[in-house]
Amino acid sequence: MQLSREALLRAYRQMKVIREFEERLHVDIQTGEIAGFTHLYCGQEAVAVGVCEHLDNDDKIVSTHRGHGHCLAKGCDVNGMMKEIWGSRDGLCKGKGGSMHIADVDKGMLGANGIVGAGAPIAVGAGIAAKIDGKGKVAITFSGDGACNQGTTFEAMNMAVVTKAATIFVFENNHYSEHTGYQYAVGTSGDIASRAEAFGMKVWRGDGTDFFSVYETMREVLDYVRVPGNGPAAVEFDTERFFGHFEGDPQRYRGPGELDRIREMRDCLKNFRKSVTDAGLLEHSDLDALDAEVLEAIEESVRQAKAADRPTAEDVLTDVYISY
Amino acid sequence: MAKMMYRDAVVSTIAEEMERDENVVCLGEDIVGGMGTPGGPEAIGGIWSTSTGLFGKFGADRVIDTPISESAIMGAAAGLALSGKRPIAELMFADFIGVSLDQIWNQIAKFRYMFGGKTKCPAVIRMAYGAGYNAAAQHSQAVHQILTGMPGLKVVMPTTPADVKGLLRTAIRDDDPVIFLEHKALYGVSGEVPDDPDYMIPFGHARLSRAGQDVTIVSTGLLLGFCEAVADKLAAEGIGCDVIDLRTTSPLDEETILDSVEVTGRLVVVDEAPPRCSLGADICALVAEKAFASLKAPPLSVNPPHTPIPFARELESAYLPSVDKIEAAVRKVLSYR
Ligand SMILES: Cc1ncc(C[n+]2csc(CCOP(=O)(O)OP(=O)(O)O)c2C)c(N)n1
Repeated sequence: MQLSREALLRAYRQMKVIREFEERLHVDIQTGEIAGFTHLYCGQEAVAVGVCEHLDNDDKIVSTHRGHGHCLAKGCDVNGMMKEIWGSRDGLCKGKGGSMHIADVDKGMLGANGIVGAGAPIAVGAGIAAKIDGKGKVAITFSGDGACNQGTTFEAMNMAVVTKAATIFVFENNHYSEHTGYQYAVGTSGDIASRAEAFGMKVWRGDGTDFFSVYETMREVLDYVRVPGNGPAAVEFDTERFFGHFEGDPQRYRGPGELDRIREMRDCLKNFRKSVTDAGLLEHSDLDALDAEVLEAIEESVRQAKAADRPTAEDVLTDVYISY
Repeated sequence: MAKMMYRDAVVSTIAEEMERDENVVCLGEDIVGGMGTPGGPEAIGGIWSTSTGLFGKFGADRVIDTPISESAIMGAAAGLALSGKRPIAELMFADFIGVSLDQIWNQIAKFRYMFGGKTKCPAVIRMAYGAGYNAAAQHSQAVHQILTGMPGLKVVMPTTPADVKGLLRTAIRDDDPVIFLEHKALYGVSGEVPDDPDYMIPFGHARLSRAGQDVTIVSTGLLLGFCEAVADKLAAEGIGCDVIDLRTTSPLDEETILDSVEVTGRLVVVDEAPPRCSLGADICALVAEKAFASLKAPPLSVNPPHTPIPFARELESAYLPSVDKIEAAVRKVLSYR
């Protein structure tokens, strides 16, 4: 653990922002004010933050339908995101994309995606661009245990190897794709990383509920991929999702007590707090202060989202080259 | 007659046909829902509840839960069909055809013709389409426009539970590939459904849901209800509308449309897909070609604008043809002479 006090506080804050942003969405979705499909990332914060804390705006990421965590970790504006999910015209994507399609290219966030498996090939393109530019930048694609079964993911892995793209395949295995278990859907082994290995990539594995495991593993992966000529790499993180597949999912596929158990034992925020306070790196009071600050920031984002301008019929016709 | 929901008409028809013919098999993502989980198989039973209970009744050989691999699902349906089975493949959202299009378009649709008529490909590809859930541009599209333009595919768009029953049974017993488009906003709608275990509706036969002399309105799916509302409103003013539910876009029931326009002389086509190269354009052209002499006004088409589907509530409702827009179009064709 070589992180400075500032870096530790920042990492915790980033994870906490994701957690509170979504816990708040979970509440506000019940009222019916937020429309559409929302997929919450809670439980997986250590992955998004452990990956993105190593990146700057010139490193690219491509996200999934469960994209809020990746977007926030990559620096998308909290208020802009909240407004987008509420469908405001001041949202990050003017209320046109919603939860599943948030993007901010200036931040190197090339988009959440409603099509499972669509992100990996896009990250290959971005990784080839990074290779051509030769500045040691990378492109990262996040894929779940479900998305890893798409042909697009396989094709992308092979093409990344062939073109020596500076692309990193981050597999977040949260054990479920919608309502199907990974041990059923990912062959009998349930092992995703070895697939990447079969394509000729160097692979890593880590505990996706432990920020330090993700952070240290990613440091190694990035040290490798940032070297010109090395080409792509892959990493699989074992993690958990705390909520249903989508908001409203009754989760009948879970085992008895499973959710309580993972909230108790596999909560990346709790685990982070315990390891930094046990090691005497931070005090509980430091983290409590951050908690309060984050809660207030999320409250503010909801206040802004509720007060923000709603889109009008004319807005349907903007941002498209022609309309009939 | 039994009253049932649109979604229950889907699952009961599949169950009845699987019972009747052991070659009928189903495949798709999460159609069992819960495979390989602590909650066990059938914890969910399909995200639209259109396969609930099938796994328990017919087992894993005939109800095949697949990984997220649309291309492999459609290819497997092709291979099953060429090997004597009658697959019913589910594409969870119609938008995902993008991923599997080669297998549908270049394979399934083309076998019979390319192989000189020696091969049949009795695959049914079911998918949920349509807007109304603020699900944005990648989960809301109406795809009949694309699929109807592909030779080799029959395209079915049921609006009522009874039509689901009669048309899905026809689709499953058909020896050609059939695209079966279920509107996701209709799954919860109830209606009377005939009990006859052989109740079938032949393809290419439209349904007249309202009868009148003054204007012909052609539509399908969710928007048909909007058209009926307009017809009912105008009926109170003494204006009569023929409201035609196409039921299948390929084959197209040209006769019913032309017969109606010959009486009314006025046509409005209402469609959920964008305007260019659309059902509206197609049917307006048909009428202009074959019933020109009967026309008292230019035929009109009501479509969403030529944009992807927006997310926010206000934007999605502005995008979709509304009762008001349809009424305005009908009044416009009535305003001629
Ligand atoms: C091409 C495509 N197929 C299916 C879906 C429906 N769908 C959305 S999320 C999902 C499960 C994805 O599972 P996984 O990749 O493990 O990600 P997780 O939801 O666990 O984060 C499915 C099947 C989709 N959106 N796109």
